[in-house]
Amino acid sequence: MSELNRDGTKASLLDEYEVNSKTLEEIGVEILPVNTGKTVHAKRIPGHYRTLKWIAASVWLTLFFGPYLRWNGEQAILWDLPNRQFHFFGITILPQDIWVLAMILLFFALLLAAVTAIAGRVWCGYFCFHTVWTDVFTWLEEKFEGPPAKRIKLDQQPLNWEKIKIKLPKHLVWLLIGFATSFSFLAFFTDAFDLWKRLFHLDLGKWEWLTIIVLGLATYFFAGFMREQVCIGFCPYARIQGAMIDEATVVPTYDKDRGEPRAQMKERNAYVREVLQRLKKEGEEQKLMEQFLAEGMDERAAKKKVQETLRQRANEEADRHFGDCIDCHLCVDVCPTGVDIRLGQQFGCITCGLCIDACDSIMEKIKKPKGLIRYASLDDFLGKETPPWYKRPRVLIYITVMSIAAGLLLWKLTHLDPIDVKALHDRAPLFVQMSDGTIQNKYTVKIVNKTPNKMMAKISVEGPEGLVYLTDRVVPVEPGTVGQAIVRVRLPKSALKEGRVPIRIIVQDQNHPEIKSTYESVFIGPKH
Amino acid sequence: MAGHNPWPNEGNTGHIWDEDIRELDNPPPLWWMLAFYAGFVMIIFYAIYYPTIPLANGFTKGVAGWTAVKEYEESYNELKAWRKAKFADKEEALASKPLNEIMKNEDLKLYAVATSKMLFGDNCAACHGAGGMGNPNFPVLADDDWLWGGHINQIYASIANGRVGNMPARGLMGNLSDDEIEKVADYVMALSEGKGNDPSVAAGKAIYAKGMCVACHGPTGKPVAPNGAANLTDKIWRFVPANDGSCTLMDEQTQRDAVVRTIKYGVNVKKNGQLIDCTRQAVMPAWKERLGEKEVKRLAIYVHELGGGQ
Repeated sequence: MSELNRDGTKASLLDEYEVNSKTLEEIGVEILPVNTGKTVHAKRIPGHYRTLKWIAASVWLTLFFGPYLRWNGEQAILWDLPNRQFHFFGITILPQDIWVLAMILLFFALLLAAVTAIAGRVWCGYFCFHTVWTDVFTWLEEKFEGPPAKRIKLDQQPLNWEKIKIKLPKHLVWLLIGFATSFSFLAFFTDAFDLWKRLFHLDLGKWEWLTIIVLGLATYFFAGFMREQVCIGFCPYARIQGAMIDEATVVPTYDKDRGEPRAQMKERNAYVREVLQRLKKEGEEQKLMEQFLAEGMDERAAKKKVQETLRQRANEEADRHFGDCIDCHLCVDVCPTGVDIRLGQQFGCITCGLCIDACDSIMEKIKKPKGLIRYASLDDFLGKETPPWYKRPRVLIYITVMSIAAGLLLWKLTHLDPIDVKALHDRAPLFVQMSDGTIQNKYTVKIVNKTPNKMMAKISVEGPEGLVYLTDRVVPVEPGTVGQAIVRVRLPKSALKEGRVPIRIIVQDQNHPEIKSTYESVFIGPKH
Repeated sequence: MAGHNPWPNEGNTGHIWDEDIRELDNPPPLWWMLAFYAGFVMIIFYAIYYPTIPLANGFTKGVAGWTAVKEYEESYNELKAWRKAKFADKEEALASKPLNEIMKNEDLKLYAVATSKMLFGDNCAACHGAGGMGNPNFPVLADDDWLWGGHINQIYASIANGRVGNMPARGLMGNLSDDEIEKVADYVMALSEGKGNDPSVAAGKAIYAKGMCVACHGPTGKPVAPNGAANLTDKIWRFVPANDGSCTLMDEQTQRDAVVRTIKYGVNVKKNGQLIDCTRQAVMPAWKERLGEKEVKRLAIYVHELGGGQ
């Protein structure tokens, strides 16, 4: 049992097992560091993707002005929870049709998948409310506190009155945006103008106050303080979307072949000087001088041309020796999540394209072609041809499901039944023998009026010959409510061969005869 | 085990998943620990305030005197008070208005029906079945056959004062022989099928007259006015073969047997103050004393609406 090891220690039971747990590194995964420490103070520079980001972010303005849109004098978008109704531009969706909502969710879930498969985390980079709010918050921060270097310095200062004076306005504006966000959100659930009125009268309900305060503070806290930590640490979608990317997905990528080995300008210039000296030592200067003079240049022009040519040759050699990346670190400095894109695609990257803007601006300055960092797929870099999106099975599957959801949604919205009829068969008693020998069944008919007008519902019953029915002549049903009527149906025993026969209960609005609904029910009698 | 640790100095345990998710060995934040300790302090006050500690013969009651039942009763009383206040005007109308008027008010009628279900279930359903579906030899209330009348006032009277069925054995004079009873039974069976004038039952028809059945059941087999006597011309039988052992004097198999038994032994027939063997029992108790006028009204409306009274 207690065998001793060679070094005298006691043998462990575990020694008998082959421990083959492998670290990620052992299986060839490079572990990339992410910023979990200090606040990321990203530089802001203008550019193509910067503009796109603002345009995408403006979609969220609908959150703020959406509640005030009117449609036929009513709030256009209203989640009327107390009355269990959802109003959307004149369409009223009742709980009976709530599966429409499931279709909307399905559509957007698949849209997310499809877009991610094609162009990476477009949602994260451009549209996600967290990205957008954080972007606006840091933009304001720059307005109030200056560029990143100044902000970092300010952060390091001890807390004193000067610091507070600079910081306070920013926090007030952040809080204001936070509460504007929560208030606007709430305004989708109740009449927006009435909400303003009640706000000024300090007459909001307990839950309304709670929603505004909690959601407002959460916005302030997440967009102001948590920032990229949400994307890196909390957000499940970040991880899910990372898994949706494949070799054919285009994402912001650093062109390693072109960029490496990187060298800063200082190092590069030193190398150029070295080459120049070498060329001179090799007598190139003399050779060129003779050549230009022979071409008929005067001495001064030839001297200038020689220097130019040598410099050009040295530069060319430097280009061959180094990659295009001058290691200026700007792509890292502008990154809102603080990652280094040059390490490759990584989950910290929200694919916002700001590093592309940064790198392009530098390439322009050093007169190199743009696109050292660009939207490209893994296949592009491996020299494979990326199939177009319409030839990629997963994209097609996503789009198919999306189309089904969208189709069902459109079909439902255009065929929204103005009336919904259900008939509940009375169970106690299931049937009753009447004095004239007929069998009577009793039904409770429920009529849902989904139209904006009052309904005068007329009920009729169709079935085998000899069927007689008794009911109220018309049932008035107010809009958005459920009307109810008792229907008694009688059938002679001769019509009840099998003990149960199908019948149809038809409800028609007398005010609008085109509004009609049929409910298939069953008539139950004694078995012979 | 994990040989490589990219974050050697942050105090992680070396367990790393998905590139960067790692288990740290940090102490909980101060605010969290404070909340944790506050929980300890809280439990002391809780234990004093609420019933908490189990003892050998019970448990500590707590200074608040709180119990789950008490809380339930409080909220139930609250609900009752709320209902009472909300429906006060309807209850008042139900108590003060005459039935004819209540029946004309659709809203009030529906209210009475909606509030009667429990009342009916507690007091009536034992005999008349859930929803008035009836039981063997207890009347179905969901049909259109009303021995004592289906008008709302008649239904009210039936519930309020009760009804006692009354049919003498062997005809009004008690003088029908067994053979005559067989014949009149044939006639009654024929009546139900609409064949009362068939020559084959002419003998029975004569006995129907002789036994003075006409007095209650009417000249055509249908009572002239509701008097508790069954309508013999319809398809509904007040008494069906129950075979529940209540009658030892005869074997009851078919509907005709049941008719013969009813004619032979009558309904609620007594001798020396005692019900005779095999006589039918048909007694509806009076409910006015027990439930009060308002509740009887409520039930009358409910019963009226069950089968569509007259």
